[in-house]
Amino acid sequence: MHVPDGFFTASVSIAAGVAAAGGVAVCLRGARRELDDRTAPMAGLVAAFVFAAQMLNFPVAAGTSGHLLGGALAAVLVGPYTAVLAVTVVLLIQALLFADGGLTALGVNIVLMAIVTAVVGWAVFRLVVRVLPRGRPAIVAGSFAGALVSVPASALVFTLLFWIGGTAPIEVGTVAAAMGGVHVLIGIGEGLITALTVSSVLAVRPDLVYGARSLATPLVLRTPDGATTTAEPSAPQAAPARPRRLAPFGLAALAVSLLLAGVVSFYASGDPDGLERVAEDHGLNAAEQEHNLGDSPLADYGVAGVENERLSVGLAGIIGVGVTVAVGGAVFYAARRRTTDESADAPDRAHA
Amino acid sequence: MAAGHHHRLYLPGDTPVHRLPPECKLAAAVAFAIAVVATPRTALWAFAVYAALLAAVAAIARVPPGFLLRRMAIELPFVAFALALPFIGLGERVAVAGLSLSVEGLWAAWNILAKATLGVTASILLAATTEPHRILHGARRLRVPSLLVQIAMFMLRYLDVILDEMRRMRVARESRGFTARDLRAAPVLARSVGALFIRSYERGERVHLAMLSRGFTGTLPALDDRPVPPAAWAAALSLPAAAAVVAALARTLA
Repeated sequence: MHVPDGFFTASVSIAAGVAAAGGVAVCLRGARRELDDRTAPMAGLVAAFVFAAQMLNFPVAAGTSGHLLGGALAAVLVGPYTAVLAVTVVLLIQALLFADGGLTALGVNIVLMAIVTAVVGWAVFRLVVRVLPRGRPAIVAGSFAGALVSVPASALVFTLLFWIGGTAPIEVGTVAAAMGGVHVLIGIGEGLITALTVSSVLAVRPDLVYGARSLATPLVLRTPDGATTTAEPSAPQAAPARPRRLAPFGLAALAVSLLLAGVVSFYASGDPDGLERVAEDHGLNAAEQEHNLGDSPLADYGVAGVENERLSVGLAGIIGVGVTVAVGGAVFYAARRRTTDESADAPDRAHA
Repeated sequence: MAAGHHHRLYLPGDTPVHRLPPECKLAAAVAFAIAVVATPRTALWAFAVYAALLAAVAAIARVPPGFLLRRMAIELPFVAFALALPFIGLGERVAVAGLSLSVEGLWAAWNILAKATLGVTASILLAATTEPHRILHGARRLRVPSLLVQIAMFMLRYLDVILDEMRRMRVARESRGFTARDLRAAPVLARSVGALFIRSYERGERVHLAMLSRGFTGTLPALDDRPVPPAAWAAALSLPAAAAVVAALARTLA
């Protein structure tokens, strides 16, 4: 699953590295706010947990088995920022010590497996929890949906990166369909395991599940003479800060994706490596076929005028990101609405 | 904070490669991988030079070829993907031994196999000549955010503890007659994962309290920050420098 060296062109690898560094920097700040000086030991232990959980094989049917990716699970259990950090560290250790995943592909791997899975998994989780009635079943269903969607989402981002700067001549549509199809199946397994795991943690220590903090009921003290006092809950203190936290995160993500899509595809097409060279020498069958398929950048590689080509590819990338941001933004908005609703709900809950 | 447990990733030794400061080796490995990835795939001779360079490093570090080959098994899944490319690739096709293969697919397969193998070998050499925690020290001195390095150090420190907990749970499951045959076993395994999470998280809290009781103020003291002699940098960077010259030559010739 880990992308090795040589899969992507050098420019895409470096741009993905920049994007990963930006995302991780945002998460470092976010996690510090969630955990203060507990960040290092807690995220370290969660990372060790993710590493161990990835080694546990779940038998699917006779002879085949699968294992967790863990991004969405970690996001539900410890929150998205800490989850991104934990999975990033797992990938870092795997690349540096185990030679699993290329050194130049580290950025690509972090974007795909830490940032996309945790952010998409968390966004879908929030959405489902917001739609369903409040309670444990909603948390479990949300974990299932979040983990399920996170896997094909990661596969599709992989396809998008491959489209911008992959080194193999495959039709984008075919890759997207194949990757998407296979990864929906994998996602169902991931969702199932994630939901079962979250429900087992909820049964024992519901207070540890970050995604279930909204279920926490305030402590009520009853004295012998019948008077009751409601103690101030300590956990929801973080709630008002959350809407503000999303803004820099979203802006940074937007800037990074625009950079990636615009600048890099601009670069990738203007700087043909062996692949384009061979394609040009051999009469460009592939590129001509893809012209019929649509405005893919690979098709644009065939156009003779370099200036037009660069511009159109860069623009295509930016438009692609625009569409993605519109869809993703809707999801995020929905997730954000939930937090404001929660704070509005709070007084009602105190009455009940 | 030493990891203490030497996995078979690290080959103890006292060669010039072992003695280099970790940050030099880390920077060299990353720069070498970038040079390899930036090389046009049609320059076959360049990849031969890279392989010869790595072989020289392995010889100096006394890393046996068998060790390298065994650890290279990690890239097998992508070898399978690369072998499929000639069949599913687009473009002009060529008949080889009765099979219709895509020319571009063949080039892409070569590209991925060659670059991934060189990258994996460089990483294995780095890990074989540098103790795990020293690699992380090197990363910190290369300005990787110190919080990230601290998280990685805690992970490395407690990885074996957590893996042992998992092993004990497996022994407990199996001694009670549990065998995972199909999907119906998933709830049991998921409960194990849940229990593992709770134990890891609670251990994290205990570790934090232990740190506080020993005077932890939010930052870990930096150890051993001697400046690296320029000679060490020169020795370590000779590998990526040679690779960069080869890559530049290959790009201009292609």
